[in-house]
Amino acid sequence: MRNPLSKKIVDIQPSGIRKFFDVANEMKDAISLGVGEPDFDTPWRIRDEGIFSLEKGRTFYTSNAGLKELRKEICRYLERKIGVSYDPMKETLVTVGGSEAIDVGLRCMLDPGDEVLIPQPSYVSYLPCTVMADGVPVVVPLQYENDFKLTVEDLEKYTTPKTKILIMPFPNNPTGSIMTKEDLEPVAKFVKEHDLYVMSDEIYSELTYQTKHVSIASLPGMRERTLVINGFSKGFAMTGWRLGYCCGPAAIIEQMTKLHQFAIMCAPTTSQYAAVEGLKNCEDEVEEMRQSYNQRRRFLMHEFKRMGLECFEPFGAFYVFPSIKEFKMSSEEFATRLLQEEKVAVVPGTAFGECGEGFLRISYAYSLEDLKEALGRVERFINRLRENDGR
Amino acid sequence: MSENKEALRIEILKYLEKHSRVNLGELAALMGAEETEVANEMAEMEKEKIICGYHTLIDWDKTGVEMVTALIEVRVTPQRDRGFDRIAERIYNYPEVYAVYLISGSYDLLVTLEGKSLKEVSRFVSEKLSPIEGVLNTATHFILKKYKDHGTIMIPRKESERMLVTP
Repeated sequence: MRNPLSKKIVDIQPSGIRKFFDVANEMKDAISLGVGEPDFDTPWRIRDEGIFSLEKGRTFYTSNAGLKELRKEICRYLERKIGVSYDPMKETLVTVGGSEAIDVGLRCMLDPGDEVLIPQPSYVSYLPCTVMADGVPVVVPLQYENDFKLTVEDLEKYTTPKTKILIMPFPNNPTGSIMTKEDLEPVAKFVKEHDLYVMSDEIYSELTYQTKHVSIASLPGMRERTLVINGFSKGFAMTGWRLGYCCGPAAIIEQMTKLHQFAIMCAPTTSQYAAVEGLKNCEDEVEEMRQSYNQRRRFLMHEFKRMGLECFEPFGAFYVFPSIKEFKMSSEEFATRLLQEEKVAVVPGTAFGECGEGFLRISYAYSLEDLKEALGRVERFINRLRENDGR
Repeated sequence: MSENKEALRIEILKYLEKHSRVNLGELAALMGAEETEVANEMAEMEKEKIICGYHTLIDWDKTGVEMVTALIEVRVTPQRDRGFDRIAERIYNYPEVYAVYLISGSYDLLVTLEGKSLKEVSRFVSEKLSPIEGVLNTATHFILKKYKDHGTIMIPRKESERMLVTP
């Protein structure tokens, strides 16, 4: 019998820490700081709108690109938030989460051999999606010394004549790092000079602290070479609704809509109706969640400082990324032992790229009570490690 | 007041309103401020009566204590020069009165009353409240079940169904 599988797909490496994830998810009595989704329920007015749409019998497909009303609200929202205006009819596509937009976007923009710059540590799907689109992933390791921001020096090292796309994963999962306008300006200049396109994954854009999120698309000359990807999962606490969107040049969106039509048909109708309410009326709820995350973020930074755990202060998403290099073991070993000995689940930095070695991703999408309990156990664990080290 | 100080005050108040038992060190860490600064702001706000107390939300239904709560609508004739204030004062000084609000709409004062029994509450209405000069009439509503009080839903929350670890 012939091998039923595609070599291209089989060759894609499963996440190296799949095993760790499986063990952790089986440990029901563990306390977790390992989740990449909000702890808040979706705001009630959004859920209510979803329920109402079902009661009304709105259970049919929407147009491929998404409900017109939702696309209009998305464009109004982006205009308000990042100061870039898009045409809801030609430059906007509603997708099944930001994840679909990453996948479809790369498929639509890459020819075989085109290189994609992927700053890491970053979310796990950019690399495999590039491979599936026949592109060549080129990892750009971000530096702790730069607070894991992307610099032109980083880019210079990895850009070749074949480079076509730069992924911009900010605010960043797992580091919590953000890029301010000043940080983005030299990157934008570099992108224009080298005639690159940018896929800007801004799924955490609602969750920045101290400074407002700035999209690279809002910088001069960048709108026409940037695909902005965003969604409802993080800021609106709607992970399970599977709803995202992307906005960008009409030529790209047109091809993406075609692919989306063949692969997906349309994003879930109930989620689309609910999301309209989110964009129109949930500013207060989103702000309240942001404030709560911010308090927990400050609390964690305060506690790390007290414990003497090295960590740069992150200003985005809901993660902190402390260094565990002092303990002289790999991130996975640290995370595995912490799970076994103290029943606390955190994610090894290496889940997000090799350059995450020596770091842990700790999520603060948890109640303060959970955070306190978990931190107490982490402290006990590292004190034990330090004692055994003869210090 | 500087914008930062104002923002800190509001953040402290919002947090305390839900978590009045938080200790000072933790509150300061959450606010990203120094302990002394937070302590000073709290002391000032107590003095200014912005912070009026630190209360506890109790679901008395879960205890053996007999208690009924009533909402009483009161229509009154406002007094020359004093408006509704004088009548409100005569009502709110009774210790069993839990809250008194001046209300827009078809009646004037809303009085919340806590008593041991329906009988005790109705006796208060007929013997104390109704006879007050200027009170035209009252309508008493007894609370049968509290679903949500002070912004808190009284039924226990479901367990989280999130996975333990996700990228």
